[in-house]
Amino acid sequence: MDLILFLIFATLAVVCAVSLVVQKQPIGSALSLVGVMGSLAVLYLLLGAEFIAAVQLIVYAGAIMVLFVFVIMLLNAREENPAGRSWPSRLLGIPLLTVFLGLVAYLMQRMAPSMGTVTFGSFNTGAKEIGRSLFNQYLLPFEVTSVLVLIAILGAIVLARKEID
Amino acid sequence: MNFFLISLIKMGIVTAAFMTTLAYLQWIERKVLAHIQSRVGPYRVGPHGLLQPLADVIKLAMKEGFIPSHVNTFFYLLAPFLAVFFALISICVIPFGPSVEILGVRTDMGLADLSVGVLFILAISSAGVYGIALGGWASNNKYSLLGGLRSSAQMISYELPMAIALASPLLILNDLSLRTIVNEQAGYYLGIIPKWTIFQMPFPQVFSFLIFLISGFAETNRVPFDLPEAENELVAGFHTEYSSMGFASYFMAEYANMVTFCSLATVIFLGGWHPVFPAAYGSDFVPVLLLLAGAAMLLYHGVVQPTQGRPWDKYTMPAAGVIFALIAMVFLAPVLKPILIPIFWFVSKAGFLMFTFIWVRGTLPRFRYDQLMNFTWKFLFPLAIVNLLITAFAVALQGPKS
Repeated sequence: MDLILFLIFATLAVVCAVSLVVQKQPIGSALSLVGVMGSLAVLYLLLGAEFIAAVQLIVYAGAIMVLFVFVIMLLNAREENPAGRSWPSRLLGIPLLTVFLGLVAYLMQRMAPSMGTVTFGSFNTGAKEIGRSLFNQYLLPFEVTSVLVLIAILGAIVLARKEID
Repeated sequence: MNFFLISLIKMGIVTAAFMTTLAYLQWIERKVLAHIQSRVGPYRVGPHGLLQPLADVIKLAMKEGFIPSHVNTFFYLLAPFLAVFFALISICVIPFGPSVEILGVRTDMGLADLSVGVLFILAISSAGVYGIALGGWASNNKYSLLGGLRSSAQMISYELPMAIALASPLLILNDLSLRTIVNEQAGYYLGIIPKWTIFQMPFPQVFSFLIFLISGFAETNRVPFDLPEAENELVAGFHTEYSSMGFASYFMAEYANMVTFCSLATVIFLGGWHPVFPAAYGSDFVPVLLLLAGAAMLLYHGVVQPTQGRPWDKYTMPAAGVIFALIAMVFLAPVLKPILIPIFWFVSKAGFLMFTFIWVRGTLPRFRYDQLMNFTWKFLFPLAIVNLLITAFAVALQGPKS
């Protein structure tokens, strides 16, 4: 049962990821990305990480992608006309992609024996444990990250605000 | 296999009840609005207009599903499906009652008990905006697009106060599973004041309840926050170009969101299925008394002032009165009591909230768009944060729960 679900949603994630790249409509790409996020959330759920799955949906599908869709709709982005690709990119694209995929496959194969196997439902940590470790063990990185986000927000406001004479 | 069978039966029951509620909620809304405005509302179809939902469904299903030539067909068809899918799915984590024994089988009343039930509902409700935004965009119509834009901005903005208002009761209740949350609210202070979250020490969550309710009006696109479909500005907003089942899906999604939202508020703030006062003081007889009072009123009106209208209209009220009295008798049966009493409390609390939604729709005018945004970012959001801070301090002062 778990394996069937895994195969369905892993395929869905890959299909959505491919569709994200090949779609011509910007909104189609955005929705494909939502599909990827949703499938990943289901994969997390299969591993037993319910909290991570829910947060994945809330943060990525619910907040970030809604903002993307909002901006696409606001700018009313139309279908992209594919710009003529230059000859080096045509010449090098497919070989480079093959080399990259081969490298990834090789590294995975090298690393695989040293890593343990993962079973469905093995990451059974609840929200309580995650919260505890976030505020005890990882308090400093957590706080530093929030300060970083705050700086980013301030920077965005400074860049976007109108000059007042 | 037993588990699958029970789940299947429960799914069937919940789906049937949910769909009927959706259809009749619309009837109730029209009736209540009509009475607020001194009209009678739907009256001609069936006794007292009771078959109106059926007629509406048949009408909507029979209409031609017209696809305008200028729309983006794929997204145009996908959008209402998304809207109704996300609206219907979140009911499956709501617990309706305690675990009961029916015919020797022990089972929870409710479909699934996720350990992150609250987050699941938040995730699904935040995904619900896609249906509206996409429908507005795919319609390729400036009114629809404006409606879709407004809805996405509005829902992003109101999700913040809503999530923060939800966080403060969770600090007190100390769990994310909705069933555990309801169980935490059992019991009474001084034997009479229920331990619901809005009354629970160390800091009663009245403010979070109000913030949650107000954001809920915005999340479900209801008056006074129905900017995405403001009739006098945007024709019909995001669903201008939809007819037949597409329109029906949006309609259904709105009511389904309302039901889910009211159930969630009931579960988190109003103690779920726990009665208002202890069973020791006879709270089990409240449904019987209420139904008998309703029956008496209907009989009085039906017999003393018979309705003028079609020949059979004068029998409607007395017949409804008799039916009410019979239902009241059902509540007295000792076998059914452990099932019906929790359901009654849950439904009456959620029903009261739904009535509030309709009441507000009949009373308040619509916000202007800048007022809407100022209200959430400059008032509701800071208030929710202050409330969260006070709750956190109170919980920290109280120390860990025993």
